Amino acid sequence: MSALPTSARCVVIGAGIVGNSLVYHLARLGWRDIVQVDKGPLPNPGGSTGHASNFIFWVDHSKEMTELTAESVRQYKEMDVFTECGGIEIARTPERVQELQRRMSSAKAFGIDNCEIITPERVKELVPFVDESIVLAGFHTPSVGVVDSLRAGTIMRERATEMGALQSFANTEVLDLVVEDGRIRAVVTDKGTIEAETVVIACGCWSPKLAKMAGAEIPLTPAVHQMKDIGPVPFFADSKGDIEWPIIRDMDVFMYERQHGSGLEIGSYAHRPILHTVDEIPSIAEAALSPTEMPFTQADFDLQDEHALEIMPDIVGDESVGEKYAINGLLSYTPDGMPILGETPEVKGLWSCAAVWIKEGPGTGKSVAEWMVHGESEIDLHASDIARFHEHHKSREHIVARVAESFNKTYGIVHPAEQYASNRNVRLSPYYSREQELGAVFYETVGWERPFWYESNAPLVEHYGDAVMPRTAEWESRWWSPIINAEHLRMRETAGIVDLTAFTLFDITGPGALGVVQQAAVRQMDVAVGKVVYTPVLSPSGGFKSDLTIMRLGHDHFRVVTGGAHGMADRKWFADLLPADGSAQIADLTCAYTTLGLWGPKARTILQELTSDDLSHEGFPFGTCRVIEIGPLRVLASRISYVGDLGWELYLPMEQGARLWDLIWTAGQAHGLIPVGIGVYGTTGRLEKGYRAYGNELETEYTLVEAGMQMAKVKPQDFIGKQAHLQHREEDPAALLCTLRVDDHTSSTGEKRYMLGREPILTLDGEPITDKRGRRSYCTSAGSAPSLGAHLLMSYLPPEHAVEGTQLLVEYLGETYPVTVARVGTTPLFDPANDRILA
Amino acid sequence: MNILVCIKRIALVGSQIVLTADGTDVDTSKLGFQLSPHEENAVEAAVRLVEQHGGEVVLITVGEAAAEEQLRELLAVGADRGIIVEAGGELDPQAVASAIAEAARADGTAWDLVICGNESGDNTNSQVPIRLAHQLGLPVVTNVKGLEVDGTTARCERAVGSEREVYTAPLPAVIAVRDGLNQPRYPSVPGRIKARKKPVVTVSAQIAGPRLQAQQLRVPAVTTKGVTDLGTGPDAAGRLVEVFTQIGVLP
Repeated sequence: MSALPTSARCVVIGAGIVGNSLVYHLARLGWRDIVQVDKGPLPNPGGSTGHASNFIFWVDHSKEMTELTAESVRQYKEMDVFTECGGIEIARTPERVQELQRRMSSAKAFGIDNCEIITPERVKELVPFVDESIVLAGFHTPSVGVVDSLRAGTIMRERATEMGALQSFANTEVLDLVVEDGRIRAVVTDKGTIEAETVVIACGCWSPKLAKMAGAEIPLTPAVHQMKDIGPVPFFADSKGDIEWPIIRDMDVFMYERQHGSGLEIGSYAHRPILHTVDEIPSIAEAALSPTEMPFTQADFDLQDEHALEIMPDIVGDESVGEKYAINGLLSYTPDGMPILGETPEVKGLWSCAAVWIKEGPGTGKSVAEWMVHGESEIDLHASDIARFHEHHKSREHIVARVAESFNKTYGIVHPAEQYASNRNVRLSPYYSREQELGAVFYETVGWERPFWYESNAPLVEHYGDAVMPRTAEWESRWWSPIINAEHLRMRETAGIVDLTAFTLFDITGPGALGVVQQAAVRQMDVAVGKVVYTPVLSPSGGFKSDLTIMRLGHDHFRVVTGGAHGMADRKWFADLLPADGSAQIADLTCAYTTLGLWGPKARTILQELTSDDLSHEGFPFGTCRVIEIGPLRVLASRISYVGDLGWELYLPMEQGARLWDLIWTAGQAHGLIPVGIGVYGTTGRLEKGYRAYGNELETEYTLVEAGMQMAKVKPQDFIGKQAHLQHREEDPAALLCTLRVDDHTSSTGEKRYMLGREPILTLDGEPITDKRGRRSYCTSAGSAPSLGAHLLMSYLPPEHAVEGTQLLVEYLGETYPVTVARVGTTPLFDPANDRILA
Repeated sequence: MNILVCIKRIALVGSQIVLTADGTDVDTSKLGFQLSPHEENAVEAAVRLVEQHGGEVVLITVGEAAAEEQLRELLAVGADRGIIVEAGGELDPQAVASAIAEAARADGTAWDLVICGNESGDNTNSQVPIRLAHQLGLPVVTNVKGLEVDGTTARCERAVGSEREVYTAPLPAVIAVRDGLNQPRYPSVPGRIKARKKPVVTVSAQIAGPRLQAQQLRVPAVTTKGVTDLGTGPDAAGRLVEVFTQIGVLP
């Protein structure tokens, strides 16, 4: 082996499935002079790849994960390391049968075909050693398979080497990462130092330790996944290959069983969460097996033995079949269950490609390589972006609490609105105690406790009766209340006060500030001081990077207001645009300022009672902001609306928020003011107005034109994604964002059912709809529109279906329901002329 | 036939052993635990004898309560019950033998056979079987790689170089066995499920203070095994012959 180079274009640390995929795709995209190091030997350096069970089930309720998985399988097949065997997810309980139907919907929504719900008898036919008497149904994916991930890694490394792009160094341990002026400069190893401007940490479980060397954080924890191999199984005596029988996922007991040659592998996500720190992982020399194959703790598996015996009694119950190998295998778990990808916010040039499992490895390697080379990936990775983490997300206690809570949900039935119970009350708004007194039901957004609805508004439910569109089915009543719809209706009559403290706020200031915001924003930012501009932010290829509001507070002073969930990534996006000459600065004001929304027909009356400033339509036009005095407080008021009614967002220093709440609350009593939760703000008010949401409708995979949000004119100044956007304006869009109305909610049992989002839209003959770019049509958002008396869905539809009045179907939990395209484009269904907002 | 099998829980180490900061013990904070060598064979032999003659296989270990993990492993392959003699810290072989002898008597069972692994996997003193036999007043055969019992006597084969010595011991007797004695079975899942219901009792023993105490442990310097690349193809042939001649493969 040649000597370690002293410099490289890029150093990739780690030679598991992730590092190997990454070096190959970087080479394929044209990068050269790549150096890969791993402290372990090749081809199995001792990380999680080496003990992975290597099977791939395609369907996930996350589109991002499903797409990464599908792309990974495509690559595994191309490398000829994929053995298709089929897989069946088993339901033992009625609740799981419903969940399997939901998986069926996700399969159709995200384009995974040939899946089917099968009977216990069919399960038995496919897998004769299952006891079908305890099975209620199966979700069969014939295209499930097993890969040879070590072989795949070797192939990808070799390809990159053959291209003359890569040198790999095994048994080379990274001792330090050198950072200067916020940039990565070099990787110090036990074999020498390599200078590099780009370094990727693809070290699985060890990634947090490597990141800390550079002063960055990769908030994951090694967690144990237990598995044991039993055999030889007489039934498998004649098996030829690695796998011939479909893999069983026994979902209700959080376990899987798969034939492995003459043996049966039994794996579990049911045991108590067993979390380790990186320091607790033995070195290669200290470990009895590999470092990530820790000693099996049988006591944690006792119940799982019994569950395995139940589902496969003939094999597992055979006393001649012994346990040959059992490990506590370490895997990377993150506090929100998603991978950690992208350039670290702390250190320029230092990238993370961590918490990636075998099933999404090559797809992730490709996507991150695209991101590094082109500035964005074909598959939208926003939910995996390392920039998503807020400071409190990086604490060990948070990571441990959330992973411990979610570990047993690996195979769990997780409601789309499900809330974490652990590590709550981390970020409290100044209104928190008032909200508690009003019976707020809190949901969490990036640590902030946000009222979703208020029990104090419960009497309104009776007042509005059926107009609140009550739900009887348990699934869509879970994490929901009719009070949300009642709050909505009352806000439309009087006014509502909304806690928006979770907004991410940052100021861009300095002589270069205008240039920065012009670069990011599609809309013209060289506007008069006091203007508020809602603008899309595009990726280089013209997809949505974000949508947000920018206030021009001074000639050289812009305030960006964006959602809490995605705000940190937005902040990094803007920070990366700051000119090198220091002529613009960014300052995060999220924790310094609170935001209170006040909307409804009485909003002006209430606020006017508290201020001598002119709040008339002429005196305070829509789309403007300025400081007004409310009692003793100086408050930045911004006249915009995300709920479709007259009103303001009010910004003021955090510590003064409670006083503002009290002033408004008191003044509002005579006018029927109520507290309104995020259920209205985020869903019902938004959907009636056709407002799009980032992460739902708006993703890099869709364009401004497809979302129907293109401006009449494109500003003359340059902005990111402009060239692509100009081209999109010339093309016929592949799909258009539509609002659909559910025409009949009645299920086969006569119960009314309400979709929650991510369901597939089908033609009247029940076929999935695919646009010419290969994207499926599915509900990007779903929710009540109480003022319209309707349940609305949003979906991108190909032009032939994107015609108002078109009849289609939506599939929900195994049944279809008729829907009609109610709107193509952005004109709201409720108050289409925006008379209420402009009152 | 009532058989007592003596078990020792030891650390499951890799190629590099790490000591505690004070150097008196192996640092087990990152390690799992296992049985000492030979003990799976000891239990397998005992289980087969009981399957043949009836009776019970009782496991005994001296040390920490956590050794239940190892006892459950063996209960899963056919042992019937376990006794943990709780004792703090590492004991010397004399103290261990005394503790076992006391607990064996206190159990009240009339033992036909006591089987031990020939030596522990960590300290390898090879002392306990002999001292235990002495304390119990029983004959002892060590290094046993073949064992047959006819009801009143045990026929023991000892490995001596490439030869075998055969001893016949009257029962009851203490037999110290080595691996190769038999092919131990693996635990099955039903075996594990049954094992969970089998009794394990913890007793405390009056143990006289150890007369031997470990003062300091030292990890021997690692002798690196070098690999010499002799080249490839015909060019390497000459050097290969050289090496073969050196090591005596060629005259």
